[in-house]
Amino acid sequence: MLGEECLDPQAVEVREVPTDETAEREGFVGSPTIRIDGRDIAPTEGEPVGLTCRVYRTRDGSVSPVPDREDLRDALRRHHEHST
Amino acid sequence: MSTAPDFRLPDTDGAEHGPDGVTVVVFTCNHCPYALAWHERLLAVASDYADRGVRTLLINPNDAERYPRDSLDAMRERVASEGPWPAPYLRDSDQAVARAYGAQTTPDVFVLDAERRVRYRGAPDSDHGDESAGAQWLRDALDAVLDGRDPDPAETDPVGCSVKWRS
Repeated sequence: MLGEECLDPQAVEVREVPTDETAEREGFVGSPTIRIDGRDIAPTEGEPVGLTCRVYRTRDGSVSPVPDREDLRDALRRHHEHST
Repeated sequence: MSTAPDFRLPDTDGAEHGPDGVTVVVFTCNHCPYALAWHERLLAVASDYADRGVRTLLINPNDAERYPRDSLDAMRERVASEGPWPAPYLRDSDQAVARAYGAQTTPDVFVLDAERRVRYRGAPDSDHGDESAGAQWLRDALDAVLDGRDPDPAETDPVGCSVKWRS
């Protein structure tokens, strides 16, 4: 997808959040969390910080352990527009 | 074919339940996206097979101290808002039952026959993201056990979030 959006796949940094302390420090609300330049692609309000699985809703309303691909694509495009 | 441990666990109203006859034991929880994705399919199985004498038990074994969304109060609130369910939602507060069964994920499904032998263990179906998959692996296993056949497959890889063990 990054290639499709003319972005550099090498720019992706995968970070492990191994402890509660790290989760607290990072404001980590569950795995996977995807941030673009520090901004969550699906920001949440009131989600507790912790080592847990994250619940996403896909565009058809289904529960999913990963974000909807089109939500991720939209986030990438929004970021690209704001940064150019 | 191993024999599953017997147990009695309280549901959200305090009533105790355990395996009795052909029983589906599902380790699950409130907050895991895989457990949530499969939840309605598992309830449909519980409902569809109840009149064939199959008992379904949903067990939440997660550490509620670190994961308050899996506390007994949170379980009660969920059942109150979503229920009634065709299967009791049980609290495994000391995680002894999950450990005895070797539960790995939420969900992790076990089908026990009337002698409490484990006849199927694994995922409900092949794709948590596809409602139409319909918990078919679980249904096929139940059909086999009820018909006196061996389920095929008898085991699949459980898929989901890891059980949140107490440290």
